[in-house]
Order: sequence, then C-alpha cells, then structure tokens
Amino acid sequence: MKSEKQRVRGETLLEIRGLRIEGNSDGVWHPIVKGVDLSLKRGEVLGLIGESGAGKSTIGLAAMGFARPGCRIIDGSILFDGIDLRAAGEEDKRTLWGSRIAYVAQSAAAAFNPAHKIIDQTVETAVRRGVMDRGKAVADAVDLYRRLQLPEPAHIGERYPHQVSGGQLQRAMTAMAMSCRPDLIIFDEPTTALDVTTQVEVLAAMRDIVEQFHTAAIYITHDLAVVAQMADRIMVLRHGREVEEAPTRVMLSEPREDYTKTLWAVRKLAKPESVSDDIVLSVRNVDASYSGVVKVLDNVTVGLPRGRTVAVVGESGSGKSTLARVITGILPPSRGEILFNGKPLSRALNERDKDTLRRIQMIYQSADTSLNPRQTIRDIIGRPLEFYQGVQGAARDRRVAELLDSIEMDESYIDRLPTELSGGQKQRISIARALAAEPDIIICDEVTSALDQIVQEEILTLLMRLQKDTNVSYLFITHDIATVRAIADEIVVMHQGKVVQQGPKSQVLNPPHPAYTELLLSSVPQMDPDWLTNLLARRAAGKAGA
Amino acid sequence: MTAQSPQLRQVRARRSLWESTRRTLSSAPFSAWFGMIVILLYVIAAVFAPWIAPYGEAEIVGKAYQPPGPEFWFGTDQIGRDLFSRLIYGARNTIGIAFLTTLLSFAVGGTLGVLTALKRGWLDQGISRVVDAFLAIPVLIFALMLLAVFGKSIVNLILILALLDSTRVFRLARATALDVVVMDYVEAAKLRGEGMGWIIFKEVLPNILPPLITEFGLRFCFVFLTIASLSFLGVGIQPPTADWGSMVAESKTLITFPVRTFPWIPAPFYPALAIAILTVAINFVVDWFLHKTSGLRDEV
Amino acid sequence: MHPVLRTVLQRLGLGVLTLFVVSVVIFASLEMLPGGFAEAILGQGATPETVAAFNREIGLDRPATVRYVEWIGNIFRGDFGYSYAGLGGSIKRSVTDLIAPRLYNTFFLAIMTAIVAVPLSLILGILAALYRNSWYDRIVNSVTLTTIATPEFFIAYLLMFFFAIRNKWFYSLSTVSDTTDFIEHIYRAALPAITLMLVIVAHMMRMTRAALINLLASPYMEMAQLKGVPRREAIIKHALPNAWAPIATVIAFNLAYLVVGVVVVEVVYVYPGIGQLMVDSVSSRDMPVVQACALIFAATYIFLNLLADIISIVTNPRLLHPK
Repeated sequence: MKSEKQRVRGETLLEIRGLRIEGNSDGVWHPIVKGVDLSLKRGEVLGLIGESGAGKSTIGLAAMGFARPGCRIIDGSILFDGIDLRAAGEEDKRTLWGSRIAYVAQSAAAAFNPAHKIIDQTVETAVRRGVMDRGKAVADAVDLYRRLQLPEPAHIGERYPHQVSGGQLQRAMTAMAMSCRPDLIIFDEPTTALDVTTQVEVLAAMRDIVEQFHTAAIYITHDLAVVAQMADRIMVLRHGREVEEAPTRVMLSEPREDYTKTLWAVRKLAKPESVSDDIVLSVRNVDASYSGVVKVLDNVTVGLPRGRTVAVVGESGSGKSTLARVITGILPPSRGEILFNGKPLSRALNERDKDTLRRIQMIYQSADTSLNPRQTIRDIIGRPLEFYQGVQGAARDRRVAELLDSIEMDESYIDRLPTELSGGQKQRISIARALAAEPDIIICDEVTSALDQIVQEEILTLLMRLQKDTNVSYLFITHDIATVRAIADEIVVMHQGKVVQQGPKSQVLNPPHPAYTELLLSSVPQMDPDWLTNLLARRAAGKAGA
Repeated sequence: MTAQSPQLRQVRARRSLWESTRRTLSSAPFSAWFGMIVILLYVIAAVFAPWIAPYGEAEIVGKAYQPPGPEFWFGTDQIGRDLFSRLIYGARNTIGIAFLTTLLSFAVGGTLGVLTALKRGWLDQGISRVVDAFLAIPVLIFALMLLAVFGKSIVNLILILALLDSTRVFRLARATALDVVVMDYVEAAKLRGEGMGWIIFKEVLPNILPPLITEFGLRFCFVFLTIASLSFLGVGIQPPTADWGSMVAESKTLITFPVRTFPWIPAPFYPALAIAILTVAINFVVDWFLHKTSGLRDEV
Repeated sequence: MHPVLRTVLQRLGLGVLTLFVVSVVIFASLEMLPGGFAEAILGQGATPETVAAFNREIGLDRPATVRYVEWIGNIFRGDFGYSYAGLGGSIKRSVTDLIAPRLYNTFFLAIMTAIVAVPLSLILGILAALYRNSWYDRIVNSVTLTTIATPEFFIAYLLMFFFAIRNKWFYSLSTVSDTTDFIEHIYRAALPAITLMLVIVAHMMRMTRAALINLLASPYMEMAQLKGVPRREAIIKHALPNAWAPIATVIAFNLAYLVVGVVVVEVVYVYPGIGQLMVDSVSSRDMPVVQACALIFAATYIFLNLLADIISIVTNPRLLHPK
C-alpha cells in the first residue's frame, strides 16, 4: 500500500462545518448530530467510526446533501467542490448524485431493485447523464466487474440481483457507484452484513478500485479493524459529536481519548485457558435436519467440560445455532445421542423432566425478543424461581434483588419493563433469568453480537465472573473470533454442518490449522493497517506456490 | 445492596392506571375525543333506553307520518309510532346485537387463532383450509344464503354472522399470534417447561391484545353495518323490534315528501345518520389507538 | 417446468379446489334445512301429500352425493334448476331464465362503476402517496374514512335525495328492461353507479396509498434517488415494475367488494339486478335461486382474487428469473 502522503494530494473536496441534524420520533425533534466538522481532500479516504446512535450514517448521507425522511439538517455548511449543498436545489443535487458523489449502501440485496438486471442498474446513471453511450457504459461496467474480481465479469451483469450472492452484490454496487468515476463515494457499512471470509474479498476489491481511480471516500463502520484497512484518516464519533480525529496509524498506536480505546475493548480480554476432563454435556455423532431433507448437522461430536467455556464458532449456515436447538430439545436429532451428566438426554423437549430443563438454560442474541415486553423484571427473573424452586412472595422478591445485585444492577429496576432498559441492561436481565434456575450449563447464542464493544466487554467479564462464582458451564455460540479469544477454554470450529476442529483454545488458535480454520482465522481483520495488504500478499504467494 | 435487607424499597413506583389513562387521554386529538364522546352517548342511550325514550318501543302513540313537533320530536312512522323513541330503542337493539355477535366471533375466532398458531400441525392445517374456503365467499352473500336456509330470527342472525366473522378474526388472531410465537421469550418459556396455559395467557395474549382490541373496534363496525344492511334488506332484525336498518327501509317512501318543519331532514335519514355517526366515531378512535399502541414505552 | 408456469398452475388448481369446496358448501346448505322446511315454504295449509310431493320434487329422497353430481353437472350446462315459486304449479320457471337478464344488468352496473372507479382511485391514491402528509392527503384521508364508515344505503339515499328528488337530474328508481337502449341504460344506472363509486374509490384509494407508501420506503427507491434518478423517472422505472402485484391485489379486492356492494344499492334504487333477486328469493326462501345467486357471487369473487394472484406471480422477478 502506498503511504498516505502519496495518496492524499490536491485540494479540499468536501468541507463540512458545524453540521447539526435532528431526527423526529413521535412528533418530537431531537438532535442526532450535534455540530460536526469534517474535511476531505481529493483521493483521501476518511473512516467514520462509532457505535450505534453515533450519527455516522446520518453524517455520511449529509455529505451528499441528503437527509432521510424524518431527519432534517438544521445548521452548518456542506461544501462539495465549492458547491454549497445545503443551498443547492433538488435539481442541482440530483446532477451531482450518482455522477460526482456516489453511495454504497449496507444491504446491497435491498438496495438493488429486484425488477431489473444488475447491468442495467450499474450503467443507469452513466447513460442518463450522457457520460457514455450504453455500449461503452456496458463495456466499462464489465471492466469494473473484472477489477472488482467478480466471477464471469462479462455475464454476471445479465443476472438479476436475487441470483447472485451477497458479497458479489456488494461488489456490483461498488461498480455501480464507480460507473461515472465520481469524486467521492460514501460507503455506508458495506461489509457489516457479510461473513468474515467474504468480507476480506469485498474489502480488498473496494480498496483497490478506490485507489486505482483516485476517488475520495467516506467509509462508515463500527469496526475499527475494518476501517484501519480502508482509511487514511479516522474520525471517531459518539452521540453525534466528534471524539477525536487522526491519521489511521496514529489513531491505532496512540489514541488520545479513553473512549477510542473502548472501541476494541473485547480484543483486550483473554481468559486464561483451563482444560478439564469432567464432561457435563456430551454430544455424540449427531445428525439433524429441518423438514428431513437437508442435513444441517452432520455427525457432530462436541464435549462440554464442567465449569468451562466451549466456544462454537462458524459463519452463517455452519449449523452452530442448530446445535443449540438440538441440545435444548427444540429440534430432536435424527441420529446420535446427547449425554448429560453421564446419562442420555431425551431427544425432545416435552420428554424431559423439570429438573433436567432447569439444569440447561439458554441466553439469546437479542434481549429485545427474549424478554417479554409486557412483563416486569420482577416477573421475568422471578418466574424461574417460582417455577423450579417454588419460591414465592417476599422471598422471591428478595432472591430477585440478590440476582440483580449479582449482575451488578440496582434492585430499583425490579418494577421496570424491558423497554425501559438499555441493550446491555436487557442482556444482563437475560443472564439473571438463566442464573435464577441455578443451571449446570448455559447456552449462549451470539449473546454479545448485537451490542457495542464496551458493553460486550462488560457482559463477557460478567459472564466469566459468574462462572467463577457458580462453576456453570457455557456453550458459547459466536461468529466473532475476538469474543472467542476473550472467553473460551475450548473451541469448536464448524463449517457447513460439520465440526472442522475441536480442541483447547491455544491449540485451535495456533498453527497448524485445518484449511478452513486457517481461512476463518486469517480473515478476521486485525488492528493493523497493513493486515489486509499482508494477508493478500500471503494468499497470493500461497496460490502461486501451490 | 445486600441480601439481608428484608424490605424492598420501590424507588420508582409505577404510575397508577388512572394517571396513565389521564395522560393518554389528554394527548388525544380532537377526532378521538369526538369519537369517544359519541360512543359514550350511544352507550348511555342503549343502556338507559327505557328511561330516556318518551314512548314505548312498539307503542302506537299518534297518527301515521306526523311531522316533527314538540310532541314527537322527529315525527311518527308509518303506523304512528314515535320515531325518536324508536331511534333510542334502536340503539339498544342494533348495537346490542352487533356487540354480542362480535363478542361471540372473537371468543371463537380468537381462541382458535391463538391455539392453532401455538400448536400448528394438522389441526392448524385443517382449520386454516376451512377458513380459506369461507373467506372465498363474501359475508353478506353467505349470510343471505344461510338466513334463507335457517329462517329470519335474531338468534340465527347472531349465530350466522358470528360464525362468518369469526373466520376473519381467526385469520388475524392467528397471524398476530404467529408473530409473537416465534419470539425468543416464548421459546424460553417452552424451554423452561411451562404449560400451554401459561404460554397463552402470560406470554402470548398480553402481546397480541392491542392489535386485537383495535380489530375488535373494526370488526364491530363491520358486523354493525352488515346487520344494518341485512335489516334494511328485510332479512335481519324483524319488526316490530326497533332497529336502525329496518327503520330506514320502513320509512324510505318518506324521502320523496318534502319536509316543511325543522330540522327539514326526511325521516329515513335519522336512523341512517345514527348508524353513520357511530361507525365514523369508532373509526376515529381506532385510528388514534393504532397510533398510540405502536410503542409500549411508559413515556416519562 | 418454468417456476412461473408451475406456480400459476398451482394457484389455478387451488382456485378450482376452492370453487369446488364453496359449491359443496352452497349445495350442503340445502341439506342443513331444518325439518318442516317444506311446510314453511308451502304454508300452513299444506297436506302431507303435497309436502311429500315437494320433497320428491326437490329430490330429498335420493342420496346427497348423487344429487350434488347431478346439480353441478347441470350447472356446467347452464341449468340451475327450477324456481320453487312455480313448483307444483303448471308453469315451471327456470332459474337460468330468471337470472340471465338480471345478471346482465348487474354486470352492466359493476363494469360501469369499475371503468370510472379504478383509474380514478389509482390516480387519487398515487397522488396521496406521493404528497404524503400534505393538506391534500389529510383531507382525502378523513373524507374516505368517513365514506368507508357510512352504510351504502345511507349514501344511496343521500344521492337520491339531492340528485333525484330535490333536483330532478336523475330518476330516483333505476328501472330498466331489456328494451331499454344502451345510453338510456347508462343514464338510469348512473345514481347506483355513483353510489358504488364513492364507496369503492374510498377503499381502493386508501389501499393504493398504503401499498405505494410501503413501496416508496424500500431501500432501492432511496438508492435510485441517491443515484440521481429524477423522482418521476424513479417512480416509473423503479417503483412501477414492483407495484403490479400490490395494485392488482388492491383492484381485485375492491372489485370483489363491488360484487357485494351491488346487493344493497340495487335494492335502494330498485335496479333489476341479481342482488335484488337474491334478496327477494331469501325472503321467499326460494332455495334454487338463492343457491344460484350465491354461486355466481362466490365464483366472481374467487375468480377476481385468482386473477390478482396470477398477476402477482407473473410480475415477480424472483419467479420470472429463477436462480
């Protein structure tokens, strides 16, 4: 990769001063962006990073002079190449959009029109603006597809959006944005919805093409490791304000603000590994399928030691969540058996006795859907106490208060509804509900993936402390390797319904790996601006060697 | 806090029902207020009909077709009954029968809908197919046919309309419940080992109640209009029972005679207006309720 | 087989099945007749002999399945049986002869209404969706809400009162016969048609508006805007190809609604259509006529919904261009 100095040259392209944006909810306007300054030179890539509610997407769209319905820009100036976008009329902005400023959306599957071929949508703006005639535009699009390493570049455009994969569609959208060779592209979380192994290809393609055409870009994401690969400069946002801004390398090596460090909080956690032979739950040669046709689990064998954490890691479609459903009895396995405390576990949920049910608890990814919005915290945590232990009335309330205390929440929350809590607090309530049953094992299904980094770190720390206190075992299902590093004693790698590898953390995370583990681990972005470059070089060398 | 503290102090007491109702009402728009007041007046008229109405329901008190005046506020009908009194009794009959029908339809359709959403399987398949077939015929047509078979009586009317309408309720209840049943908290309750009763009444029902209440308002309007239409067509509520639909039909010839006295409204328009105002009022309230229940948050 | 063809055939099969089930239900309604039906029809003075003769005449002495097959077979040949009104007498009145001219009148009224109402409500609905929350949208919203909540006969009498009685622009009773010429027929059916239009337009407009707002909020419409596609072009090129399915559903739903609406309106204006016939037959419990009318109404209803489903299928890009 070229150094920043070579890449960034020329005059200022975009200049935003004192930007303030409000959003409307239930008829009340409240601030989303509270005075942000931003400037971008030609050919420069600026990373906008922040957690949910930071206002980063809103700023990205405002850089085009656009506010979503329900939002309004109330103050500040937006100058794009000398044009005042706040003063510009719709007609003027429309001539800029697509041709000089382009937008790449988070979900390409939703942002492509299902009724038209990809090629038609790619060349639409170029042809209508008269930049090229259709023949030339199509040839150019095919060239862009090739540069973006899409398979069959000459023919892929003839397909409809639903006929190609998510990663390919995301690259096609980048080609669409590039078709008029804009001065500026806004990338709005373009890889967030993708699996890590797919993300690498898309990131590499996007980075190269921006570099080749010397296009300026704003890259919006919540993942610092991703933006480190893409951006020359990074701006950290929080609650609609700038926290700090610095060149990428400076930001990574010496961040000024404490908040910035919390953005990779989980990466600093690492539970010391501890191995045990006391297996509490043993899944043996299990097959499972929905509707009996496609095998979602194929001969899966997994062991969970008492008081330890086994992380099950895999991409979407690997069968990791299905494994949880099989263990809980919601999806009876079609073959194989599950031993719990040495005894065979009934396949189906309704054949299990109350005590067995109590001993296996589950925490879900989204606390929004796993806590009944109509029940108070008292009812949510109190119900397992009442149901399993028969604790009632004041004694139950006392126990609920103790449990709230153990998840570091004040007892005053007891009469709240889940909707009145933050995301992290809700997930804590889910944990308390599981703990109330005094279980042997807790299955955690992506419990931190919907949360911000700092909250993730708090939840993971809490889970580890609770494990120390109660000797509970966790089966921790996740797609995030940083989380695995933070919490696991053992790791199970799954791919397409099969267990690729199982072993202690130190063994799985260090070479030699099976091929898939290698691919998965190497695809996880690192906090190193050169990671992507080095990875691609390594992979190219590997291919050349082979 | 420590485990020893025996008393739990409640830092933030929940708002009383009264207070939250008052808050909600104070934010209601004009249309909703209008709707609620109208509905209240109708309910009062329906409940206290015998005390409010100056004359009896089927009492012949004057000559036929007397114009409105101090004695008969809205005039008399074709056999000399007081129109105003019949309007008030009409509220009791028409609204009462429609309400009973809707209640019955919700009891049947709602229960089956929630149950099939939870149980799925062949029962769900079976009932859903039958309901699909019922939905393939317009209610009014089906009701006409069944009334021809079973004869015109109020009990038949209620049973037939409740049966037909319950298919619509079933569809909605099932769809709404299906949205809730896939929620993780329902799965969590199943994993805990909870019985069907707990899952239906504690987990599912509280969450589908707002849409069901809204639907109750709309279904009531629909049933009410259908009953009025059937009565107007002469196959619904039968004379001498006062009912707005049949009153329109009975007095329809009056529309051609000029009305020379205040308020210059031809007689058939009174019951028709009575119907229209009530349904518009309910629609206003339902519209507002729909906006209101989009969020569950107890606003601070 | 191409997925579109397969899905269309599946849907057609389902439509035929539904029609079959509905025909069984309609046929079975006769089976559910409470005891003493014949007495009720024939009146107090019926002798046991006439009751037996009546039962034999309507075939209650033979197994139901046989009679169903016979009934449905005859219907396929256009024979709906004989009206009870003439039973036992010397002149048997064929239901088909009774229905045919009235069916023509009803379709005349329905088509006349639809020709105006469908384009009008689509235009009004599209405008309301495009200028959402404008004063136009608000006014149209409350007006249509009121119209929907008002019984059809009220609207009908209002129109009659103002346009036929106060101002003698139209006839208050829409009597037509087979000798009425086309233009005169339109004129005489105008008030019933306007009544139906008011109701249908209100429904259809609201549904069109809702469907379009849903469509315009999709991410690809925002993308089109951010690609610099002008609004009008975005709607024609990006929204419209995806709008056929929802619009077809809205139209079919409302035309089906129209089928029901005609019943009340025909009675108000004494328009000699099939709806009025059905109401009269219900009062006299003339079952063959009631059954025929119900079957015709249901078949129209099913056919319209089937048509909408097929339009949705053949315009769905995911089915048109399978993976």
